Amino acid sequence: MAFINASKTATRYDAIVIGSGAAGGMSAYVLAQAGMKVLMLEAGRNYDPAVETPMFQSNADAPLRGAATPEKPNGFYDATIGGWKVPDEPYVVRRKDGAWTEGQVIDRTNSQQDFMWWRARMLGGRTNHWGRVSLRLGPYDFKPKSRDGLGFDWPISYEDVAPYYDKAEELIGVFGSKEGLENAPDSDFFQPPPKPRGYELLAQRAARQLGLPMVPSRLAILTQPLNGRAACFYATNCGRGCSIRANFQSTTVLIPPALETGNLDIITDAMAREVSVDAAGKATGVSFVDKATGKDVQVKARIVILAASACESARLLLNSKSARFPDGLANGHGHVGRWLTDSTGSALSGQIPALENAPIVNEDGVSNPHLYIPWWPHKAQLAGQLGFPRGYYTWPGGGRTMPDMGTTRAILGKAGSAYGTKLKEDARRYYGSFVNFGARGEMIPNEKSFCEIDPEKQDKWGIPVLRFHFQWSDYELKQVVHQQQTFAALIEGMGGKVNGAPQLDGAKAITAGGSVNHEIGTTRMSARAEDGVLNAHCQAWEVPNLFVTDGGPFVSNAYKNPTLTILALAWRACDYAMAEMRAGNIG
Amino acid sequence: MPNIHDRPPMNTSPFPLTRRDALKRVVALSLALSSLELSGFGAAGARGIGTDPNLLKKEIPWERVLTAEEKKIVTVLGDLIIPADEHGPAASAVGVPDFIDEWVSAPYDAQQKDGKVIRDGLAWLDAEAKRRFGKGFADAQAKQQTALLDDIVAEGTAARKAAHGFFTNFRDKVAGGYYSTPEGWKAIGYVGNVPMPEFPGPPPEVLKHLGLA
Repeated sequence: MAFINASKTATRYDAIVIGSGAAGGMSAYVLAQAGMKVLMLEAGRNYDPAVETPMFQSNADAPLRGAATPEKPNGFYDATIGGWKVPDEPYVVRRKDGAWTEGQVIDRTNSQQDFMWWRARMLGGRTNHWGRVSLRLGPYDFKPKSRDGLGFDWPISYEDVAPYYDKAEELIGVFGSKEGLENAPDSDFFQPPPKPRGYELLAQRAARQLGLPMVPSRLAILTQPLNGRAACFYATNCGRGCSIRANFQSTTVLIPPALETGNLDIITDAMAREVSVDAAGKATGVSFVDKATGKDVQVKARIVILAASACESARLLLNSKSARFPDGLANGHGHVGRWLTDSTGSALSGQIPALENAPIVNEDGVSNPHLYIPWWPHKAQLAGQLGFPRGYYTWPGGGRTMPDMGTTRAILGKAGSAYGTKLKEDARRYYGSFVNFGARGEMIPNEKSFCEIDPEKQDKWGIPVLRFHFQWSDYELKQVVHQQQTFAALIEGMGGKVNGAPQLDGAKAITAGGSVNHEIGTTRMSARAEDGVLNAHCQAWEVPNLFVTDGGPFVSNAYKNPTLTILALAWRACDYAMAEMRAGNIG
Repeated sequence: MPNIHDRPPMNTSPFPLTRRDALKRVVALSLALSSLELSGFGAAGARGIGTDPNLLKKEIPWERVLTAEEKKIVTVLGDLIIPADEHGPAASAVGVPDFIDEWVSAPYDAQQKDGKVIRDGLAWLDAEAKRRFGKGFADAQAKQQTALLDDIVAEGTAARKAAHGFFTNFRDKVAGGYYSTPEGWKAIGYVGNVPMPEFPGPPPEVLKHLGLA
């Protein structure tokens, strides 16, 4: 078994997995390792990081010095094939003036849309470019309503997921340090973190003076070899992907060993159209568009696992209508597409005189921050002293990074009208003296944020597309104002000066909904069938041989990037599905 | 895994279409056309790098727009902004004029806007040099070129009013184009992009400089 084309499928598989990113990769890995015959469908093309990753290329080796364009919105070298706009696959959002419009490529900090949707169309999905931030949800994050009365509790607790966090971290490799911090569970599997860079130490001193913990980041990047994968060699940006497999990508860590079992077939350029069901309401398989021929193909399996990303999986369910499921599959209680959340985000930059003319050293490191500030004032927040209910983490950016158009723009901002040798002197003086702080914070699910099928628009293959409703509440807007104040205090604590001023209007400071790429919650799990789409094992309440393993099952969107939790929950769901199949209960 | 460029073309079914299929295709085609209108895409009909370019190869699919005359001014002005010194070569020695041509010729909105500012600025500069020195900017004496440039960056001058916006835009492209090359890395003090077995963290002299020693 291997990469196949659409005409070569087996008669019936044990499982069909839709998607090949964190959720799909992990689902296929767990099932194939256990001997299940698995078919993976990926809507994008095949992708091989070993031969496609631009390692060591300078920005001068790229068109336009690697600058972002509407076609490559994160810059030329970003590994993602896809982005805010995918050819042939529109989606619909509301403009700030209230009109519906097709989602466009826009600046996420200055968006005229209330929602942006980042999609990858490639094997490995969004794991090929993600930030590698791997933070466990803590005990509070699973029971937020019990703690502060807002949002919803998960039907599971930290203890249910902890063993799977262990397994996932041991498999993918995460560096970090045991800190014993409140609601930030440590791991027994941390690899040693890299040493901080100079500007990070300066930020850490400022943080300590403010009473904030600034500790080693937790990133899915190897600092020691693991399972035949090399350790990071501290060069070239992770966002390009990694040909030496030092960071976690589904395409380097999950799919190759799954293929090696001989139990996995993969069809790329396979756009799922709907999940098929029989008269008894059982899932029988999937119908997909073979993009190579434009033809619809049906495949059958004992169980179906949706791992297409939270919103794509919701779209698939809503488009899987039948007499038995007139409002879409697993949507008997109307929860599919609802409870859509993203992380909050805001940023602030500054310049630090102490960093000017610093001795020249290599500050590449792992390309992501080596230190971060986990959320700290849990008790004051619970006591209502902060004026907003949920937290965020903060990370520093800066240093002597590989120069691009943005690097020199910051320097020129300090250099007045200098040119000639004076300009070259200023460039050496200011290079590496700029810092920026950013945050990712928790959004509480609300009634006004959801996705649904657009009444008119379809994609190239005639599949109805999503339309998004999205609104931040005051909880999030107040939180980002606090972020801005924290960033300003850190920059000033480093002896620096903020560029401009912290933005104290939350609506202006916050990034556009969806633009942090943590859009989750659209097929949430619940303790009772009427409150959600899935049970505590990511199994559809109404269709027992149907599972969702991406970000859809999340009940809260803690201030922790979702990928690690997606990996853990996917593993847990697949273990449960196989136990149920063995017991003869499903499939 | 198969070669990445060995991908089948889309919609090449050899089978005749049913009427229903044909209608579907028409709808699909019009949708496909509408979704080709990537926002931020300026020049009609021009080709960009695409959404799935080969990242290991620099291929510029658009035609260059700068004339030989403009390119001459770009070269001279670029080298006034980034001259050779003990830290590195001049801008033209690392391909900056060609990069600027590449940039102002690109079909995207942002680059098209820059292109207008830069080409209008180059025309103004040349006309101003002719008015002052009786020669185009590129052919004027070095001290005449510098005098004109100093006039543009000085506070309160007519030249500044006319051309300072052009100067900062152009300087942005020259500096960005220069420092993103390996020679530019040396000139600015970037010593990364080399594999290392361990990340050492800052040495004592850096800690001392930062007041952390």
